[in-house]
Amino acid sequence: MATTPVLGAPVVRQRRKPVAPYLLLIPAVAVLLLGLGYPVYWQVVTSFQEFGLKQQFGQPPTFAGLDNYARIFADDTAFAVVVRSVIFCLVNAGLTVALGLAFALLMRAVHGWVKVVIQVALLLAWATPVIAAVTVFRWLFNEQFGVVNWLLVRLGFDGFQGHVWTASPLSFFFVATLIIVWMSVPFVALSLFAGLTQVNDELLEAARIDGANKTQILWRIIMPLVRPVLAIVLLLQIIWDLRVFAQIRLLQDAGAPISETNLLGNFIFDLGMNRNNFGGAAAVSIFVLLLTIVLSAPYVRSLMKEDEA
Amino acid sequence: MTAVVTPPATHVSEQAPRRRRITPRRVGRWGLSLLGLVVAVVWAFPVYWMVLSAFTPNALLRSPTPRFLPTSATLGSFQRLLEGGSSFWPALRMSLAVTLLTVVVVLSFAFLAALAISRWRFRGRKSFILAVLFIQMLPAEGLFIAQYKMLAGAGLLNSVVGISIIYTAAVVPFTIWMLRGFVAGIPAELEEAAMVDGLSRTQAFLRITLPLLAPGLVASGVYAFLQAWNEFTVALVALPKQQSQTLPLWLRSFMSASASRGIDWSQVMAASTLIAVPVIVFFLFVQGRMTSGLVSGAVKG
Repeated sequence: MATTPVLGAPVVRQRRKPVAPYLLLIPAVAVLLLGLGYPVYWQVVTSFQEFGLKQQFGQPPTFAGLDNYARIFADDTAFAVVVRSVIFCLVNAGLTVALGLAFALLMRAVHGWVKVVIQVALLLAWATPVIAAVTVFRWLFNEQFGVVNWLLVRLGFDGFQGHVWTASPLSFFFVATLIIVWMSVPFVALSLFAGLTQVNDELLEAARIDGANKTQILWRIIMPLVRPVLAIVLLLQIIWDLRVFAQIRLLQDAGAPISETNLLGNFIFDLGMNRNNFGGAAAVSIFVLLLTIVLSAPYVRSLMKEDEA
Repeated sequence: MTAVVTPPATHVSEQAPRRRRITPRRVGRWGLSLLGLVVAVVWAFPVYWMVLSAFTPNALLRSPTPRFLPTSATLGSFQRLLEGGSSFWPALRMSLAVTLLTVVVVLSFAFLAALAISRWRFRGRKSFILAVLFIQMLPAEGLFIAQYKMLAGAGLLNSVVGISIIYTAAVVPFTIWMLRGFVAGIPAELEEAAMVDGLSRTQAFLRITLPLLAPGLVASGVYAFLQAWNEFTVALVALPKQQSQTLPLWLRSFMSASASRGIDWSQVMAASTLIAVPVIVFFLFVQGRMTSGLVSGAVKG
């Protein structure tokens, strides 16, 4: 199929095997091989090696088989990080998609100008760079002058006078979740809203006339129609939330128990950059890469389908 | 919305136009609109608070009661941030250099690749598209150690070129995907018609296709700009030297440097605002493209 000229294909300039497309691909392929291909290769090789401090100082790395991988699951710290990351990822992805869907439905129900106001607010949150977002949330949750503590005290929760949010893992992750959900809901809400606008109004009217109530219309008509978009955004959120790094790292700067707040990305950073255990870091990295590839497969398949259409 | 059936019109006087009737459905819509406004205010608040704090004198920010309106706006924090000898400028220069180099290289490489996959059917085309889609999902968090080792080995730590190679590789896949849609949207027949009229292939391409592609190139360029401008993870490992920090790294060390004597929140918010404003402005151009690019498979399917 790939070689035979497709009828109605945009251009089939030559009958013979075309050379031009291969030439055009060279720069992109070269930079991908250099910037990603070689690092993946290095990562795979290193993950099977004992590559620690000694090797940093010139000793050749020794083959270690699956030791580095075995250690991820045998080591309590590493295992805790994996569990923590998965829970964090699922909670964040679930919350993001649930809120995004609620906002999308809300935008359908409100007056036109309110819809525009909501969209502007969502775009602002979506556009804010991670560094700025975390910085603002650190300011909002500042123990002395933060608006959140001030508000909670005003509401009668006196315990929040001077409360340090980042000090304990649970409230640390509460703030981290707020940041991530705040930044990711816009994408989900706007995508689902775009999907919802394709839901035919006449269909809904017909259902209403047939006596369907609001809940029935939502679950029997709207939801099946937006399910494909819903599945994709949920998948993307899971993939993205699995690799949260910058937000956690920047929030840890506010003074947090680092070992108890590390997620996978931060754990890799710690192993590699702070403890010079490149072999261990590589094994965790490969674990994350494999997990991502497995999770992305359905997404990629759906995009391929669209490309053929 | 439950009450589709409107109440009998007996109580409506002659003068009152029909649309003035207050139905439960109408009340429900107003209620939801009110809820929508609350949602919008809550969601926009952090950005509002960032900008407001940037314009508020630091002494006021440290008062026990926050002020929610710009009653005493000042440019003081921006002045302190940007005054002569400020460490903001080298970081801005670094960010601009890295970002612009990345944008130019990404655009040219992705443009050629997008042309190839949308204008030719060839062996390996499908595998290439598949690879591009998968690579898009690879997390930087799984690769930065290897990328650090690679750059260190090549003597490219702290260099604009080194980090731009990594950024280019990370951004090129989605850019190819985005541009592919634009190129496919321009019928090749246009070019062929121009060639029939006597233009050479190159002339036809330059005069007909390229101008039509301009919006696509701008959108993709903005996307590449945003990625490189905001990137934090790779920069953290690949640019360890103070003098070669990009703006996100600079803001982080700026904050920790002032942490001991109490963070100057007004100045920090001014810095955040300066980093965020170009992003927010540019972002508005491309967000539609990004949403549709990311979920198009599902919407169409």
